[in-house]
Amino acid sequence: MNAKVKRQKSKMDTRKSITGYLFLAPFLILFITFTMIPIAVAMGLSLTNYNLVQTPEFVGLTNYRNLILEDDVFLKSLSNTIIFAILTGPTGYLASFMMAWLITLMNKGRGAFALAFYAPSLTSGIAMSTIWLIIFSGDRNGYLNNFLMNLGVIVEPILWTKDADFLKWVIVIISVWMSMGTGFLVFLAGLQNIDPSLYEAAKVDGMKSRLQELRYITLPLMKPQLLFGAVNAVVGAFGIFDVATSVAGMPSPNYAAHTIVAHLYDYAFIRMNMGYASAVAMILFLMTFVIGRICFYVFRSEEE
Amino acid sequence: MMAAIKKPRIRLKKIKFGHTCLVIGMLALVCFTALPMVAMICRAFMPLDELYLYPPRIIVQKPTLSNFSDLLTSLSASEVPFTRYIFNSIFTTVVTVFLSIFVCCAGAYGLAKFKPKGSSTIFAVITAALMFSSYVTQIPNYLIVTELGLVNSYWALILPKIAVAYNFFLVKQFAEQLPDAVLEAARIDGANELYTFWKIAMPLLKPAWSTLAVFSFVNNWNDYFSALVYINKDAMKTLPLALQTLAGGAGVVARSGSVGAATLLTTLPTIIVFCIMRGRVMQTMTYSGIKS
Repeated sequence: MNAKVKRQKSKMDTRKSITGYLFLAPFLILFITFTMIPIAVAMGLSLTNYNLVQTPEFVGLTNYRNLILEDDVFLKSLSNTIIFAILTGPTGYLASFMMAWLITLMNKGRGAFALAFYAPSLTSGIAMSTIWLIIFSGDRNGYLNNFLMNLGVIVEPILWTKDADFLKWVIVIISVWMSMGTGFLVFLAGLQNIDPSLYEAAKVDGMKSRLQELRYITLPLMKPQLLFGAVNAVVGAFGIFDVATSVAGMPSPNYAAHTIVAHLYDYAFIRMNMGYASAVAMILFLMTFVIGRICFYVFRSEEE
Repeated sequence: MMAAIKKPRIRLKKIKFGHTCLVIGMLALVCFTALPMVAMICRAFMPLDELYLYPPRIIVQKPTLSNFSDLLTSLSASEVPFTRYIFNSIFTTVVTVFLSIFVCCAGAYGLAKFKPKGSSTIFAVITAALMFSSYVTQIPNYLIVTELGLVNSYWALILPKIAVAYNFFLVKQFAEQLPDAVLEAARIDGANELYTFWKIAMPLLKPAWSTLAVFSFVNNWNDYFSALVYINKDAMKTLPLALQTLAGGAGVVARSGSVGAATLLTTLPTIIVFCIMRGRVMQTMTYSGIKS
């Protein structure tokens, strides 16, 4: 009897598994074809010399060695990417959290504030770059030059997008602008989901300020949302490319706006050196993956 | 007694002062985010003489629609009419969003509700894939798309963007909350699995796939890199690529009105889609956290 029930149960489990996989099949097929296999192929290609015409030639770690020891432009792009990521990732992340937190404390005008704050994340980097080029235009007709000259801060117009020193900051400002909303919606949802009675209980127990509430109730309860936001912020911050190229051009003056993705694009689709470009891709992959893992560690939920 | 009444009053003042500072800070931040948007909207409606006015103005004085009619009727920029680019963008984005909804919902439903053998491994891999930048897979994807003979076709822009880890993740977290009892009741009534999924689960998952629709729409509409890599025929370009061609190159001064109009047309759809779906998006994001 017992054995029969068991056998029936395992039969049902198998059937359940099969149905589950039938539902999963379309996703898995596309996911494996366009995400998993490509990662493996990129790893393999990074060890070869491949120009799309001849068969790939295995060269071991030569690509990586050349990247790190001989390619000054790559090192420049690496340092640019890290600087951009450090300046834009945390800024966008923190601003999003602050904004979401403040908006939940507001009584009126939540919707308008939320939209005004989130709208930049919805825009196309390429489209907005036409506006940025006017704002940061190098003649006195540019909005920023005109504004600063009216204030008397500068006398002569500044070539914001041509001068390598300024260009870097222009890209940072634009990237921060675009990354403002990273995680904003997740944070907003997470905050609205916190049981208000927890705050009341804490008040009874003698919790005095909003900051204490934030530290001891809000942040611990929001770890899953903070993690999701952080992972997205990392991927976004290391992927700065389209705005940088359309504002600064490619190659940008003195490579001031050259990022890892720009280097990847340059070698893969302009110079057709797929092996070398794959090595660039793998370094990008390693960086986002390792930092993503660190985020997982920092925001781990304790109960599990 | 008096003291008891007085105390909260002092606190109230403090909060009010802090509140004012906060509101000013928020307004400053919102100005930073909103000003470029305002400039963008105004420039689309500026007549040519206002675009080149000195000192430059942000707010439009005499709004006109002539930039839009120039953009949509003129053929001088290239042989391809601008409406073709609009169609390309709308077509590829809408098809991608729809396919992504079906594929990701079916997959997430299968994983969350049937828990097939190995499901935790699959989910772990998909969660890890959240950390893959799409640029990493771009070169092999280019080789695959070329191998499939899809370069310069709509499918090149659609197929690789359907099974996205982010989309799957959103729906899966939401699908976990589906009550098993409702699904079981449908099965007892004799509904087959497909019917149960389509008629019972999909309506219950509506907030999740509405959110997926918004994010997928925004991402694909704004996607520039895929089109840059897979498309080199003018007639197949999508809006971001076409706009870049329009904004650069010769005759820029004469076209800056059209560029303003094209920028607005490229930016507005995502904002409209987001505004329409905002309520549902918020409902789903509640479940979007990662517990590690």
